[in-house]
Amino acid sequence: MVRAKKTPKKHTGALTAMLIHLAKRLLAMLPVVIGVTLISFLIIHLAPGKPTDVMTELNPKITPEARARLEKYYGLDKPIMVQYGLWLKRIALFDFGNSFSSDSRPVIDKIWDQKQPLLDRRLSVTVIINLVSMLLIIAIAIPAGVYSATRPYSFGDRVSTVIVFIGFATPAFWLSLLMMMLFSVKLGWLPISGLKSLTYAAMGPWEQVLDKTLHLVLPVFVSAFGGIAGMSRYMRSSMIEAMGNDYITTARSKGLSERTVIYKHALRNALLPLVTILGLSIPGLIGGSVIFETIFGIPGMGQLSYQAIMTRDYPVVMGILTISAFLTMLGNLAADICYAFVDPRIRVK
Amino acid sequence: MKQVLVMLAVVLTSCSLLHAEVTGQEPSYGDRLVVGTIGEPTVLIPMLASDSASHDVSGLCYNGLLKYDTDLTLIGDLAESWEVSADGRIITFHLRKNVRWEDGVEFTARDVEFGFNTIVNPETPTAYAEDFRQVVKFEILDSYTFKVTYEKPFSPALTSWGNLIVLPRHLLEGKNITKNDLTRKPLSLGPFSFREWSAGEKIVLQANKTYFEGRPYLDSYIYRFIPDGATLFLELQAGNIDLMSLTPLQYTRQTDSEYFKTHFQKFRYPQFTYVYMAFNFLHPWFQDKRVRQAIAHAIDKQEIIDGVLLGLGEQATGPYVPNTWPYNPNVKKYDFNLEKARELLSQAGWRDTDGDGILDRDGKPFEFSVLVGMGNSVRLNTATIIQWRLQQIGIKMNIRVLEWSTLINEFIDKRRFEAIILGWSIGLDPDQYDIWHSSKTGEKQLNFISYKNPEVDLLLEQGRRVFALEERKKIYYRLQEILAEDVPYIFLYVPSSLPIVSSRIQNIQPAPIGISYNLPKWFVPKKLQKNTPVP
Repeated sequence: MVRAKKTPKKHTGALTAMLIHLAKRLLAMLPVVIGVTLISFLIIHLAPGKPTDVMTELNPKITPEARARLEKYYGLDKPIMVQYGLWLKRIALFDFGNSFSSDSRPVIDKIWDQKQPLLDRRLSVTVIINLVSMLLIIAIAIPAGVYSATRPYSFGDRVSTVIVFIGFATPAFWLSLLMMMLFSVKLGWLPISGLKSLTYAAMGPWEQVLDKTLHLVLPVFVSAFGGIAGMSRYMRSSMIEAMGNDYITTARSKGLSERTVIYKHALRNALLPLVTILGLSIPGLIGGSVIFETIFGIPGMGQLSYQAIMTRDYPVVMGILTISAFLTMLGNLAADICYAFVDPRIRVK
Repeated sequence: MKQVLVMLAVVLTSCSLLHAEVTGQEPSYGDRLVVGTIGEPTVLIPMLASDSASHDVSGLCYNGLLKYDTDLTLIGDLAESWEVSADGRIITFHLRKNVRWEDGVEFTARDVEFGFNTIVNPETPTAYAEDFRQVVKFEILDSYTFKVTYEKPFSPALTSWGNLIVLPRHLLEGKNITKNDLTRKPLSLGPFSFREWSAGEKIVLQANKTYFEGRPYLDSYIYRFIPDGATLFLELQAGNIDLMSLTPLQYTRQTDSEYFKTHFQKFRYPQFTYVYMAFNFLHPWFQDKRVRQAIAHAIDKQEIIDGVLLGLGEQATGPYVPNTWPYNPNVKKYDFNLEKARELLSQAGWRDTDGDGILDRDGKPFEFSVLVGMGNSVRLNTATIIQWRLQQIGIKMNIRVLEWSTLINEFIDKRRFEAIILGWSIGLDPDQYDIWHSSKTGEKQLNFISYKNPEVDLLLEQGRRVFALEERKKIYYRLQEILAEDVPYIFLYVPSSLPIVSSRIQNIQPAPIGISYNLPKWFVPKKLQKNTPVP
């Protein structure tokens, strides 16, 4: 189980192989990203409605000429494949184009506003909330799963099973509103929505950190809630399976303490499938951001994508989809690398 | 007009104990107003914006040349006065002197000229150019006077000289109107000046100390965007928001507690919109006036208002808001009378010959679909009530709910519908040429029901050529009589605006135009001020 430390030469060899493997994987991502963008581009253009509709639909002051002028202004008069080609050409130079909404801002400024502090930019806000909630999921789901698995069908296991099913069945938006009512309106402990208080600018640095943390408590909890429920179930079954293996019997017969048996022998093996599942849950988390960022009024990428989709702001939608696709693939790659670390059997020879 | 105001004062309700206790206090400076809304502004240059949030905020930074008085007549704002030539083709504006932009530069006719040239420029992506395209000549007479010449007299144009064309020329000249700092950072000459915009969170405005009508009493105005309506309401309840619009349910039930009665004041006045059911005149059944009238008799408007708006609306009888000057109260009304409805249908040849409970004619049952936009539960419920009533006179009406863009692009634009339930927002000028004129039935045009009536055409043409209010009133009164007789639409209801404001805020004087027209004069008495100024 322990990695080869004795022969450094062999170790560097493995590292080079690993890097080559990584490079290959990264390169393989390229066609996938292009495929994702092509399909997304076609789908959002197939959806009825145009970005100019907000301005022109049912507006008595719009003539057909004015409509045509607006469509030409946004390049919507060209065939769809030409539009995609132009978009792809720009994206190759890392130019996401300008938003079609009436502010005409560059898409990149909306997602990654250089004038804002690093942590206040929309992409960072979403990534941070997702990372924290992922950590929260791991921190709670793994011990909960182990607890249940080591005492299957006990009282504690049954209680946690019930909680998990409640967690599965609870809609996030409903839970959010209930929590807001309890913790914010009734008790007044936590702020209801947003990322900062109105008096934020007047606060000292530590107060600012505290203010932001308090604002993040409810959103992070809600976004992690469903994940905790699911992940602890996976952990439980994976752990029960691991506990039934022959090497556990062997370990026990060697006279190892139950603690060592569980945490060193069983847990390590039980964690393997979890890595895959965590990797796969990234798109779900990013998608969930749309919902809780809208409910909690958090200025992240999810909220932006919701607005952009509603107004058919193609460049912004495409920008966000591309970034999300990239993040998802990066997440899967990270999962694969983690896999290699935790399971020497699949490590490249 | 006086009478109208008195009647409205009865409708408008203000229910705050606290408010009653402290009225009559001396106005004092300070405190802030936090407004909560669902939508975030997109751009703060009025001519580029097409959403109400953007206009709400930019309207506090840029005044217009003209504005509407509380009784909806036009009065001067940045223009002290204006004259219309005898033939109605030339309008001369006299601007107020000594109005300065925040940076000290004087506002002159050159700024208006710049705004005008920008809005008619084909390169400017704006939805408001058409009224200005009617202008054939724009002449500056001196720094404070300019003259515009129209090809034909065009009275609706007067209202267009609002704040769309008021822009600081000295900062924008030679720049791309869509890509400059002012799109997100306006330079004010109005009551409030811009301070900060945190995307996805809030916009902060600050009292303009040099405002030509005197600085507002409130220190700052904060516009918070919270996309979720339920969250917004919780913020109100927690006291983090001072002003928002309520839904009928929130107005009647959720704000009925002692807490809300002592901490907030509620207002109610008609919105400038109406909801209607329209018939497609290309469909043979609906070409018969008797059929349309029969359906009108089978609909109980009050029942719909009570059911879907919890009583918070008014019956519509035409395309104008009740109690505004173009509104004609004495048009033909269709009382709720199922007998009469059946009789009219029978006259039109619709009888239930096969005994299945549905009327038929020439072997075809009277069955049609009404289209409703998705996500609008008020309209869907309206349709359901109508469906139930029509069933009682032997008409089978199916309801089809469609996503908004699909509804517009695939059904309205292509005229593929039988009936539809929609709403119009009503401009403050009574001109309705685009909606009813027979020349406006082309693709994407707004007379999508293909309604044609020569007298209506004539009235609409006359209405936009005269300026005198009394004369226009006569024309639009007649228009409403014909529409009531012809029933191209069944005008259903005018919903109410239901704002709620913290009871700290004093001097809100509701009027037909709403409450926010005198926002600079709102104040919080010293002893109720709870917020220190934002640094």
